[in-house]
Amino acid sequence: MPGLEDLYREIILDHYKSPRNRGSLEPPAVRAEGHNPLCGDEIEVFISVENDIVADIKISGQGCSISQSSGSMMSAAIKGKPIAEVRALISRFKHMMSIEEGEQPDTSAPLGDLEALQGVVKFPVRIKCAVLSWNTLAEALDIAAE
Amino acid sequence: MSYDVQKLRNDFPVLAEVINDKPLVYLDSANSSQKPLAVIDAMSDFMSHAYSPTNRSAYQMAAHATDLYEGARAKVATFINARHAHEVVFTKNATEALNLVARAWGSANLNKGDVVLLTHMEHHANIVPWQMLAAEHGFTIRWVPLTNDGLLDLTDLDTLLTGAKAFSFTAMSNVLGTINPVAELVAAAHRHGAIAIVDGCQSVPHMVTDVQALGADFLAFSSHKMVGPTGIGMLWGREELLDAMPPFLGGGNMISDVRLDGFTCAELPAKFEAGTQPIIEAVGLGAAVDYLTAVGMENIRQHEIDITTYALNTLTSRFGDDIVIHGSRDVSVRGATISFAYKDVHPHDVSQVLDQTNVCVRAGHHCAKPLMRLLGSNATVRASFYLYNTNHEVDALCDALSAAGDFFTL
Repeated sequence: MPGLEDLYREIILDHYKSPRNRGSLEPPAVRAEGHNPLCGDEIEVFISVENDIVADIKISGQGCSISQSSGSMMSAAIKGKPIAEVRALISRFKHMMSIEEGEQPDTSAPLGDLEALQGVVKFPVRIKCAVLSWNTLAEALDIAAE
Repeated sequence: MSYDVQKLRNDFPVLAEVINDKPLVYLDSANSSQKPLAVIDAMSDFMSHAYSPTNRSAYQMAAHATDLYEGARAKVATFINARHAHEVVFTKNATEALNLVARAWGSANLNKGDVVLLTHMEHHANIVPWQMLAAEHGFTIRWVPLTNDGLLDLTDLDTLLTGAKAFSFTAMSNVLGTINPVAELVAAAHRHGAIAIVDGCQSVPHMVTDVQALGADFLAFSSHKMVGPTGIGMLWGREELLDAMPPFLGGGNMISDVRLDGFTCAELPAKFEAGTQPIIEAVGLGAAVDYLTAVGMENIRQHEIDITTYALNTLTSRFGDDIVIHGSRDVSVRGATISFAYKDVHPHDVSQVLDQTNVCVRAGHHCAKPLMRLLGSNATVRASFYLYNTNHEVDALCDALSAAGDFFTL
């Protein structure tokens, strides 16, 4: 059986206790809301897109250490990145969580802190916690593209 | 004879399971209970030696299966002191039972301008069916609020009931553990000409239920929370109300005749039992009722009062201000379901650490989101106890909580 340390890596607990990019953005920034209907976790993702770049991102909401730290790491990883790169990272992250079928995305670039979430795969019930913010970000990108 | 919990535990094979060298500590019976060998054997024996469809066939085995199926109904009727066995309708689960009342009774009786009264401590199963129907029929839903210690606030009950046609409420909260004064609420509903619908999912498995003494009109409850199998629930209703209601699901078994221009309904209870019924599950349920009756519902309630007292005292003395227990501290008005917040650790993270020592609790909103909003929380940890739980398991919960606190407090 995988131990707690496989799931709760130090960097995850660090992001949980000191979440990055916490807060909200005013319109015209885009807002998307994600719910985990099984556990009640709620997350809001705000992004402002300028010239096809995610210029700013803020995250608010309540949730467990995995959902909160995943959102925090995600915000740090994508802030200032071009939309195409962000979408590729969403796909890559969901592959890492073994919930996206299809061709393995390019894994040459380092994942940084996000690597720490790899252990979540060993705890299938927690995968939905880890991907909540990513699905919500994808929705925000869709809204921004409208 | 004193209550011998160790002896009872031997009746439940799963409680002897050892996972990763540690015993199972099952504290999630408010969600679903474990099953005694008597239930497992009854279902297995029926399938191995006597399985047959009911009602429709004339051979001996079918007659025997019908006897078992109807025998289970009679056992349930006796268990809740119903006047007639045919007042007990088998459903898929308690959720379907509540939907049956809302759909069949509600659609015939509720219109624009009418009122249905619910409470702030209802499970989604006693909220959403009414909201679905209200969207079609245009009636209003009112809510009984709660006091700070998690009891129903009955101060304005008469005002809330004015003009109400139905009052649907839980006998015991699945989150707070609060046991509501059912007879008093039923009497209040009747004073205002409203029918009283009781969600008994959390109460029927844990205490004596007497529908005649309560005076209720409907009672919905489930088998799997009372040591029976999943796949079968029950609706008890007063004969005259069930007779007057239109059917719920249409199909085989629920008709007396079908012509090209229409159909006529079967008598109770078949009227509400369309299609092939959960026969094997009914056999298991019958064995579950026998089992609980043999242990004695008064004895089970007393055991749960004792373990709840021990749990509330132990959690408070070990964790002090680090734990916030929702609901009343008065064990005379609460069952053995304890929801709490622990330090600032999210309930998911708490339950993950608890799982390391096989302590099984529920973490989440418990299908009661309006209540959770009232508590100002997205989720709680919920430990729930039943006839087979021990004080030793309360200690195991506390030890695991200590470990969770150590892990998340850096």
